[in-house]
Amino acid sequence: MIEFLTGALFVGFLASTLRLAVPLIFASLGEVVTQQSGILNLGLEGMMLVGAFLGFVGANLFGNLWVGVLIGMLAGAALALVIAAFDVTLGADQTIVGIMVVIAAQGLVTYLNNVIYGGSYVPPRTEGFAPIRIPVLADIPVIGETFFNQNILVYLAFLLVPVFAVALFKTTWGLRLRGVGEDPRAADAMGVSVFRVRYMAVLCGGLMAGLGGAFLTLGYLGTFNDNITAGRGWIAIALVYFGQWNPYRVLAGALLFGGVNALQLRLQAQGADLPFQFMLMLPYVLTILVLLGISREGKGPAALCMPYRREERT
Amino acid sequence: MTNSPIRPAAPLVEMQGITKRFGDVLANDHVDFAAEWGEVHALLGENGAGKTTLMSVLSGLYRADDGEVRLRGAPVQIRSPRDAITQGLGMVHQHFMLVKPFTVAENMVFGLKSRREPWLDLDAVAERVAELSHQYGLAVDPRARVQDLSVGAQQRVEIVKALYRGADILILDEPTSVLTPQEADDLFKVLRELVGQGHTVIFITHKLDEVMAVAERITVLRDGRRITTVAAAETSKAELARMMIGRDVLFRLEKPVGSPGPVALEVKDLWAHAPDGRPVLRGLSFSLRAGEILGVAGVDGNGQSELAQVLVGTLRASAGHVRLDGGDITHATPKDRLRRGVGYIPEDRNTLGLIGSFSVCENTVLNTHFAPPYARGLFLDHRAMIADAERLIQEFDVKTAGHYERAARLSGGNLQKLVLAREVHRDPRVLIAAQPTRGLDVGATEYVRRRLLEQRERGRAILLISADLEEVLTLSDHVMVLFEGEITGLLSADEVEIEKLGLMMAGAALSESRLQPEATRPG
Amino acid sequence: METAINRVESKSEAGRPGVAKRARDHKRALAAVGVQAAAIGVGLLVGAGLIAGAGASPIVAYKAVFVGAFGNIYNFTETLVKATPILLAGLGVTVAFRCSVWNIGAEGQLRMGALAATALGIAFVGREIPSIALIPLLLIVAFAAGGAWGALAGWLKVRWRVDEVIGTIMLNFIAALFVNYMITGPLREPTGGGVPLTRKIAESAQLPRLFGDVLIGARLHFGFVIALIMAGLVYVFLWHTVPGYQLRAVGANPKAAQIGGINITWNIVLSLILSGGLAGLAGMSEVAGLHYRLIEGFSPNYGATGIVVALLGKLHPLGVVVAAILFGGLIIGTDAMTRAVDVPGSIVFVMQGVIVLCVLAGELLARRWGLSE
Repeated sequence: MIEFLTGALFVGFLASTLRLAVPLIFASLGEVVTQQSGILNLGLEGMMLVGAFLGFVGANLFGNLWVGVLIGMLAGAALALVIAAFDVTLGADQTIVGIMVVIAAQGLVTYLNNVIYGGSYVPPRTEGFAPIRIPVLADIPVIGETFFNQNILVYLAFLLVPVFAVALFKTTWGLRLRGVGEDPRAADAMGVSVFRVRYMAVLCGGLMAGLGGAFLTLGYLGTFNDNITAGRGWIAIALVYFGQWNPYRVLAGALLFGGVNALQLRLQAQGADLPFQFMLMLPYVLTILVLLGISREGKGPAALCMPYRREERT
Repeated sequence: MTNSPIRPAAPLVEMQGITKRFGDVLANDHVDFAAEWGEVHALLGENGAGKTTLMSVLSGLYRADDGEVRLRGAPVQIRSPRDAITQGLGMVHQHFMLVKPFTVAENMVFGLKSRREPWLDLDAVAERVAELSHQYGLAVDPRARVQDLSVGAQQRVEIVKALYRGADILILDEPTSVLTPQEADDLFKVLRELVGQGHTVIFITHKLDEVMAVAERITVLRDGRRITTVAAAETSKAELARMMIGRDVLFRLEKPVGSPGPVALEVKDLWAHAPDGRPVLRGLSFSLRAGEILGVAGVDGNGQSELAQVLVGTLRASAGHVRLDGGDITHATPKDRLRRGVGYIPEDRNTLGLIGSFSVCENTVLNTHFAPPYARGLFLDHRAMIADAERLIQEFDVKTAGHYERAARLSGGNLQKLVLAREVHRDPRVLIAAQPTRGLDVGATEYVRRRLLEQRERGRAILLISADLEEVLTLSDHVMVLFEGEITGLLSADEVEIEKLGLMMAGAALSESRLQPEATRPG
Repeated sequence: METAINRVESKSEAGRPGVAKRARDHKRALAAVGVQAAAIGVGLLVGAGLIAGAGASPIVAYKAVFVGAFGNIYNFTETLVKATPILLAGLGVTVAFRCSVWNIGAEGQLRMGALAATALGIAFVGREIPSIALIPLLLIVAFAAGGAWGALAGWLKVRWRVDEVIGTIMLNFIAALFVNYMITGPLREPTGGGVPLTRKIAESAQLPRLFGDVLIGARLHFGFVIALIMAGLVYVFLWHTVPGYQLRAVGANPKAAQIGGINITWNIVLSLILSGGLAGLAGMSEVAGLHYRLIEGFSPNYGATGIVVALLGKLHPLGVVVAAILFGGLIIGTDAMTRAVDVPGSIVFVMQGVIVLCVLAGELLARRWGLSE
């Protein structure tokens, strides 16, 4: 048993779990912030996709991984701006806007992929971020390889979790954000700009989703394909409900998914009996399972999904 | 009355020529308003006179289409609530602007810069709150969650919040609408204390008693226009009433002597709980006879809405019985109850009573569409629906372009008439009317009240839930008082004494020392 | 307490809306339509920009699109062929959205319907029964499969409070994978040679071509007729039946509907069953009318396009028919365009999203400017 737990296979599995959790962590953290302001951003899948694609393109174009990451984040933010314009300024139905943005983004990326890479089946590869081995810590059996021999984006993801948690619950910004999500009328009357807070929150979500997407191409796969996000944006949203808008709980959920994802990859590689399609289904089935009994309300922001306009007479 | 120094020449607050439109409605029509330093100034008028609008302009919630605002002699631009706060204006709204899940301290400091930006410094906040509490006699507990506090306590939090932000001018919008008579008296004491310490208080109300009790000067608004400004000492209730309404002659609605029939609705030991487990109805028992109006009095939020919901079937009863004409309907579906003769005029006609995007015609059959003559088998009979709708529109004088018009385009009064028409037309045994005249102008209000009395004549049993005490006392044969989900009083209308009623509305127990921090609510 | 005060006369309320008001209403309606048209124009401009960005002339491109879609009778039939599954999916989405149930699962539901129809069609190879019996069977089976997939999402929503957006999307992925498994596994075409497709379905399961004899090569099939019939049925259902009324009521104002005695839970599930069923028919019509077998990737995200045309058609069957034909034309035309200019056909997917967003923006702005409610 000890052998199994310390065996290379298992450690590899753990390390893989962490890596596969990262895009979900980034995207979900951003969505937590967005939803805490009262906006339901369903466009995550699209934002991750453009982040992945444009990040990849950017890195190749400028020969620099960090530039690629930045471009990926900005791409996510650009979509976020569209969502914010519709949701905050125009007061649109947030569900429909989110879905349409995803459809538009998917189309845009397919199109650009065709145009830039000529629709070839094998786009250029990139050397992604190399793992950074932290001395001493990485030598600890099992834990060392898992936690301390990852690339920089992985470290960033895990560091951001407590950062977001503290920001949300112990700072004035966090108070303002949550207040706007609970009761925008009260927030407005107390001098907080609902407009500005929500725009910032949505942009934050876009930046983080773009980062999550960029990680997929630049920090993990090193290449791009049309289906690289494979529903991760939607899973990230499910994780926000599952984690009840708390960064630590969201992290736990992301790790769960990372684990299932890693397991599924390994089982496939080892040629398990079950047809591979059923194994690929695992994350999606799991998403449904984690949502059982967890509604969108719960302990969430009371004003979630309700547009706010100051001069509306009650 | 105050010990403030000689007042400067210019008024503290000066609003000139304020005009504000909402679509077709002219809410404020070139209104002038001035409040002096260190006074209690009442803004008096009926529903829809424009009082809240005017003060919302002053507090930055609305932007006036025309007009000027001057504070302390100098013109100012108030473009947002933040500007107003900077200028020393603090408004306590009718519906509190408090973030309910947050604590009092968090609400205090919400939107303000902390001493240790960006970290929240709630201890410092608690200290300052305690200071203010003491200084003005307003008991608040900084660590309590707002949603756990009583309405009176929440209002105190709102006042302290304004003071915390340095307000010297306090604007209160209908502050006593959610208070019992005793709590209102406490509030007036606080107002006098505030003025005594140099603040200015403007309060909006439609209640003449309050105005005479606490205001020094009174500005009367009617139909969006300023009618006059007088000193309280130089006027009388009758004169104020006249200016508020615009007519000399006022009299009570005629209510013929009732002849109650058999018991139509019987409620026994009824309990109900909110989704979070809180009990909202605690063992209610009462009966309602045909040809009678039972008025339910009580401050909003003490179980009245929930009672209506349980009777209609949208909230489950956890224990007890409800019997309609002897038949048990405790757990019947809403559809069943409709069929057996329950009629409902919901308190929020827009969201509960009607479907805005449906036509008038489709709305009139909301409760009846599934059976003949409006439906044959699975199919709707539009012709029958239209014919009926047109008849009801005529009979109830609903002003609309036609049966095809979308309900959302009708005015409040006409919507209510539509709901009334629909419910009455079905010939229910029991009619539950929740806040039936809320938000309606005087004409529509009178119409609705007359129709309710008419139904009483026809032998219906009516349960009238209203926050308007005058309405309850005028129309009801019997009055039932609810407090925190329990019946604290059940008496016939002629036995009612206002004092006693107020006590029952407050739970028949006076709060002891008002300087003690308010205990959090049980449950 | 003050004595009750009542006026003797009522305050006069607004009289019956007069002629002036009606004229104003007309002007507003026209302005609203103008804004919508402008919105579509903006969408097309964006497309033009992308085309130019890819190095081609937008004018030539758009002309090719138009000709390719509506230029001649043959092209037009191709447009209608494309429009068929889009229309059916769009009708499905319409029914669900009318109940305010956000069914994003049309793609998965249509695949399940296609799968069921294929399986049945293959089962009858060699055991030929007359078309008149088999085709209705196919319709029922496809509707049932799609409807069941929708019902699953419905059950998850009402019993387990799983948000239907996420639920249906997850089911999309699951359905796609399951169908892929079936295509490459049990139903596989043995002589396929690496291309994932199933065996052919029975002769009598194939939907007849409409103009096969008159117009050589025209692929327009009976599925289009089925789609039009469904559009009519959806209209009658929503506005002329009791369950349709209830479904719309739940979608418009669930609280009021509940008080009016309508069962919210049942209507949510019903909307998903009907919605999924219609999408299932979309899948079936592609299989039985066009390819006669189930081919992996036969649906270039018709589900998403279904949502698009439902929204553009303002959730009304007539609007959906028009929008579906227009989008069918857009897709076919874009195909033709790729042969005329060097722009990838996938531009049509961008256009989809952009046009809807523009139209949505237009609608919201119109509302803001007081031109409509």
